Amino acid sequence: MKNTKVTIAGVEFKNPVMTASGTFGSGMEYSEFVDLNCLGAVVTKGVANVPWEGNPTPRVQETYGGMLNAIGLQNPGIDVFIERDIPFLKQFDTKIIVNVCGRTAADYVEVVEKLGDQPVDMLEINVSCPNVKHGGIAFGQNPDSLFEITKEIKAKAKQPIIMKLSPNVTDITEMAKAAEAGGSDALSLINTITGMKIDIHKRAFALANKTGGLSGPAIKPVAVRMVYQVANAVNLPIIGMGGIANAEDAIEFMMAGATGVAVGAMNFVNPYTTKEVVDGIESYMERYAIENLSDIIGCVK
Amino acid sequence: MNLKRKETAVVFRQEQLAEGIYDMWIETGLADQAKPGQFISVYTQDKSTLLPRPISICEVDKEHKRLRIVYRVVGKGTTEFAAYRAGSKIDILGTLGNGFPVEEVADKRVFLMGGGIGIPPMLETAKQLCGKSAETNIIVGYRNNELFLKKDLEKYGNVYIATEDGSAGTKGNVMNAIEENALQADVILACGPMPMLRAIKKYAEEHNIPAYISLEERMACGVGACLGCVVKTKEKDHHSHVNNARICTDGPVYLASEVEI
Repeated sequence: MKNTKVTIAGVEFKNPVMTASGTFGSGMEYSEFVDLNCLGAVVTKGVANVPWEGNPTPRVQETYGGMLNAIGLQNPGIDVFIERDIPFLKQFDTKIIVNVCGRTAADYVEVVEKLGDQPVDMLEINVSCPNVKHGGIAFGQNPDSLFEITKEIKAKAKQPIIMKLSPNVTDITEMAKAAEAGGSDALSLINTITGMKIDIHKRAFALANKTGGLSGPAIKPVAVRMVYQVANAVNLPIIGMGGIANAEDAIEFMMAGATGVAVGAMNFVNPYTTKEVVDGIESYMERYAIENLSDIIGCVK
Repeated sequence: MNLKRKETAVVFRQEQLAEGIYDMWIETGLADQAKPGQFISVYTQDKSTLLPRPISICEVDKEHKRLRIVYRVVGKGTTEFAAYRAGSKIDILGTLGNGFPVEEVADKRVFLMGGGIGIPPMLETAKQLCGKSAETNIIVGYRNNELFLKKDLEKYGNVYIATEDGSAGTKGNVMNAIEENALQADVILACGPMPMLRAIKKYAEEHNIPAYISLEERMACGVGACLGCVVKTKEKDHHSHVNNARICTDGPVYLASEVEI
């Protein structure tokens, strides 16, 4: 039996395969396709202190080898989430990582405090959503703001925190260092890359929000590069994501320095992707006689 | 029981019905659970176009386990589908969405209304209402006299035609055809472009009758996870509690009075 376990900030995962926030709801919709017990963790859609209605439609558009989204973090708020989504996820033998979003530092703290006595394993702090006007990415594009909000959230959080980094910065290692200095327990990257699409027949923006976040296989090389850079700049475990479509992609991220790997947009393309990545990693371990999966983390220097 | 799954199915037959309109029968076990007004998502083999194309179910053949889709070629994905021949493999996800409430409208005088590429889902709906409704008037609007699916629809109700260019039936739209033929109904089931659905919503309010309308929107997942395809609703939606319901799962069929379009 090959050992696929990985540990992030003291939390042990049966395997490194997770879901990227916003692509998997709270697992309910995809539980028709995938046995959630097979996954290392479910990372939920972002949840705020109150319900958010999100952006006008169209919210999604296809692009070459990927997609743009500008959902705008529609969510039911933390109270409904605690009452409905956490009990659903607790039925499964998988770790629960809750993605937390907010417009102000106080919003984030309110959610984090409400989750304090809940049976969730980690908190992923979304300071990198490109589709909301206030909060979100504003905290994730300036190292000083990122340091401050990380410190503030860390002081209140009962679970280990993962700051989710934006690729829409000049130097992602500066942001990673700021999150580390602020006390983050782990990092996840990358969030989507800001993009735009124009409908030339209508002479209009294809998304109602004008810009959106690019995801899918088109962004994978950028994500692998950033994981590698960050892994070499800080001493924090990394959850890598950006266009992971199969086990080969996931292993690439791990070799670049990721401890965990998350499947995002490809869930929409193939709802069985997460399970296929889990199985594919095991086959890879067989093929190369790898006993402990964690041995490959950051093995390419 | 509706169990969603993705599978590789096989094209049984495909032909062209009109300019840019294709008619495909697919052999799939999903036919067992398919309901009128539901849709399937169809994936391209070209991996540069990743997202599935939501296409309404036009007809269900449970006996032979086949689904029929009739679609318009509008871009790269549908251009690829149009080239499929009998025996071609086709990746589909289904069956998706709620469908039309056929049981609820039995014994009533029903308008089935379709506009353009919104006509196909009305066929299976008409078929299932046949013999159940008090009266079925099928009012369909086309651009011109390429009246695809007209003959199929005539088997299940009285068909009234409207064409934009006046080359067949009433010149104008489906609302003009209702007026010209002095038609009346207790309930409406409809699918078509947004201006048509808005006119139907207004008509239903004025006549104080329910109208069930099928909506469309840009989608990514098709299963309710991504929150891409929402419509503003009068009441709080049960998922996010923010008056934004998911068209792929809570719809695509809504009571017109419950949505803001």
